[in-house]
Amino acid sequence: MEIAIIKYNAGNVASVMYALDRIGQNYQLTDDHEQIKKADKVIFPGVGEASTAMAYLKKKGLDTLIKGLKQPVLATCIGMQLLCKHSEEGNVDCIGVFDVEVKKFISKDLKIPHVGWNSIVKRGENPLMNGLKEEEFVYFVHSFYAPVNKFTTAVCEYEQPFSAMLQKDNFYAAQFHAEISGKAGEQILKNFLAL
Amino acid sequence: MKGTNFVDLRDAGDPVELGALYAQQGADELVFLDITATVDDRKTLVNLVREVARHVNIPFTVGGGISSIADVSALLNAGADKVSINSSAVRRPELVDELALAFGSQCIIVAIDTRFEPAAGLDFVHTHGGRRITELKTLEWAREVENRGAGELLLTSMDADGTKAGFACDLTARISSAASIPIIASGGAGTMEHFTEVFTAGKADAGLAASIFHFKEIEILALKNYLATQGIPMRI
Repeated sequence: MEIAIIKYNAGNVASVMYALDRIGQNYQLTDDHEQIKKADKVIFPGVGEASTAMAYLKKKGLDTLIKGLKQPVLATCIGMQLLCKHSEEGNVDCIGVFDVEVKKFISKDLKIPHVGWNSIVKRGENPLMNGLKEEEFVYFVHSFYAPVNKFTTAVCEYEQPFSAMLQKDNFYAAQFHAEISGKAGEQILKNFLAL
Repeated sequence: MKGTNFVDLRDAGDPVELGALYAQQGADELVFLDITATVDDRKTLVNLVREVARHVNIPFTVGGGISSIADVSALLNAGADKVSINSSAVRRPELVDELALAFGSQCIIVAIDTRFEPAAGLDFVHTHGGRRITELKTLEWAREVENRGAGELLLTSMDADGTKAGFACDLTARISSAASIPIIASGGAGTMEHFTEVFTAGKADAGLAASIFHFKEIEILALKNYLATQGIPMRI
């Protein structure tokens, strides 16, 4: 199985690569269009700022490439937000797989960013949570969130409920960092690779 | 339900082995401080960080001797998820702004070593393992580094550190109430009850301990089970 990790300017991906190493999976870190298109699975990770990341993806033509992918795609953290329609972070139009508006957390009582372990609850069909409990702890770091919507497959709560996971067709997305979310995160990665 | 607790690898034996063991035992994060004390040069350090990162499946923070964008870049590329800076921020506060801009606040922890100064009746930031006082008032410094872009604060009370008599809950609560970023409390953990106190009275977002885990006085899983019975949200 060929796995492509999309290489772009949003943060480092060492943790993602090591997580795949730990479950014995080969991968290529690449921004080459042909290589990404022919991969069996595509991972779109990232830590960064939405408008800066989008500008880079557009420059490289990766935004339209990603939107047109037919194989299973897993987007995490900023990757998930970039698959939405628009983000309040830098007020930028994003890739638009999910017709969802990414918003900034605003809270008088809770600390922002939302950092740390928080529990997610499965909502409807969610093959990535196969073998997991209905409620599992995973690791989050983010200041922006996708509200709960018709694509939501797992919900987390921080001030208000928000989308921990989204799915539409071949696109799977997680707001949390599966790669450093312990056993639960490993299971989610394995489930994605088994799709 | 949100909750977290930390382990650090200060004074540890083999960091790779211990890191993997703590992760397996249920630690929520690993913080590897004073790492420069264990290795001779930056290259060895980066290799060590890479080995730890390869073996742990939880967030991993590295601190010690970090004073530039290049230092942070090398550590993140090796697989660290966050870095912790301390005296280099005291020496040159602009470093916090620069690192937050370059890498995002989410991976920049500012560690503050603090001690109560009886003459002034205030807490002051200290450097050199708590031996040297600075002119920075702890509460003001916490606010300043938050404004400069720190993503979390690692607050170590040098008065409590090593006493095993409990965390500095009053101080931690004051800083936590004044800050809008998460506070990791460190120094003074001796019993399981101390962790309950720091998460309730101390308003800490996370608790860090080293020696009690290293010397197996408290086991991580037992501690987390206990805290869960006390109504503290825990990942178990």
